[in-house]
Amino acid sequence: MRYAILCYHDEDVVWSWSKEQDQAVMSRLNTIRERLTKAGKLGPSLRLLPTTSATTLRKSEEPPLVIDGPFAETKEQLLGFYIIDVADLDEALAVARELAAANPGGAYEIRPVAVYNPDERSGAGS
Amino acid sequence: MTDLAWMEAAMIAARPQALGALLRYFRDLDTAEEAFQDACLRALTAWPKNGPPRDPTAWLILVGRNAALDGARRRARQAPLPAEEILSDLDDAETPLADRLDDSHYRDDVLRLLFMCCHPDLPATQQIALALRIVSGLSVKEIARAFLVSEAAMEQRITRAKARIADADIPFEPPGTVERAERLAAVAAMIYLVFNEGYSAGAGSPRGELCGEAIRLARLLLRLFPTEPEIMGLVALMLLNHARAAARFDQTGEAILLEDQDRGLWDGKLIAEGLALVDKAMRHRRPGPYQVQAAIAALHARASEARDTDWAGIDALYAALERLQPSPVVTLNRAVAVGKLRGPEAALAMIEPLAPRLAGYFHFFGAKGAFLLQLGRKDEAREAFDRAIALAQRPAEAAHIRRHLDRLLRESAPPSGEG
Repeated sequence: MRYAILCYHDEDVVWSWSKEQDQAVMSRLNTIRERLTKAGKLGPSLRLLPTTSATTLRKSEEPPLVIDGPFAETKEQLLGFYIIDVADLDEALAVARELAAANPGGAYEIRPVAVYNPDERSGAGS
Repeated sequence: MTDLAWMEAAMIAARPQALGALLRYFRDLDTAEEAFQDACLRALTAWPKNGPPRDPTAWLILVGRNAALDGARRRARQAPLPAEEILSDLDDAETPLADRLDDSHYRDDVLRLLFMCCHPDLPATQQIALALRIVSGLSVKEIARAFLVSEAAMEQRITRAKARIADADIPFEPPGTVERAERLAAVAAMIYLVFNEGYSAGAGSPRGELCGEAIRLARLLLRLFPTEPEIMGLVALMLLNHARAAARFDQTGEAILLEDQDRGLWDGKLIAEGLALVDKAMRHRRPGPYQVQAAIAALHARASEARDTDWAGIDALYAALERLQPSPVVTLNRAVAVGKLRGPEAALAMIEPLAPRLAGYFHFFGAKGAFLLQLGRKDEAREAFDRAIALAQRPAEAAHIRRHLDRLLRESAPPSGEG
């Protein structure tokens, strides 16, 4: 089963981390990523820029309306995600717990993937 | 998350909103600051013991408010002063902890704090000191070090600023639309000054940290005004300039020109964010000085090598900036692009008329010398470089020009033996 692990955190807090703190978190996460990749359990993962760089296309109007900012103003924001391929929810939670230990604060939403279209550009993902 | 460094990061992030809310309750900056500090101290023992709160900001506001109220009650018992003098919102005080912070206040609270620091009665130096102390939470010592003044002098500057604000009797209601726009421009200008203080010093110095702080303040401002293209431009401009920090100086502290920098050292993440914001701002078709400067920085950032730089685009953008914000310094910068496009002669013709107004400006003579050198007018070039060295304000600036002069001397020396 494929799951998306959606990473939520207060971006004000994350952007208040010192460079050293940020690098420490990223290097701990990289260790986990490498292990999951070797085990063939990790798909694409990514970290998003802050919500101030986001643009939203509201489809409720015709033509759709372009709005500056994220879709929803929330206390914690979607900052990135992992796609993992694991046996079941228990294993997905185990991965999320491991990530949580490496990355303080915030929350992970574990969401099963319904349709998965891999990146098929040549040379992509390198 | 209960590690000291992580708790500090949470407190720094919470500070503008928490302090803004406490200021709304107490209507007094010193009381609000004390309340916040009190709350932070209590957090240092409470969070490791009970685990971090789900909402650190709300926790700090409630604990800070209660602490200040307790203190005020104790003082009220000792001296028969009416507590209402200090507390505007007594009814509110009994609100149970479960009653979470009202998010609708967020914008007004933070804005009030920023507007207060940039009050028109305060000179720019005091605005900056106050904003770094109040909004960023830097210590007086840190600010003093960044501005190369003594701690006592900085303490005095901040005290004066606070006294002036108290005298000004600032209304606590959010300002109207017109005033808001004016005050927003003042906050943006203050933030850009903070950035430039850090930028001119470079990443290695303690002042260099001001760049990161200015970016944090500007991001905060953009969260409050997410559709304001000039604020997008301001954030983008600072991100794109700051992205070059690691490449701007060599190991001896000497400045490296943009075209000679190792572009591999540029910070790709900051550039990506800056470019994204430039794109967003452009869509609004309401150009302003920050946006145009950011667009110029974006063209530099997009060139993977110096020779790929879109000088025609940069020339056009500087022309737009000249219209928006006419200044001899802008024209001087444009001349560099013109020099690349149409040669040193055209550039020189462009800057000649600026001479009377830039007679005391280091970069004018540096650029003039470089154009003259390209034209082979060596004596005049040397004269311009000498003037530049005399006007240099930092050793690194003078050293940079001296390198030009040395090369000039070597090249014009009489041919030696093998000649």
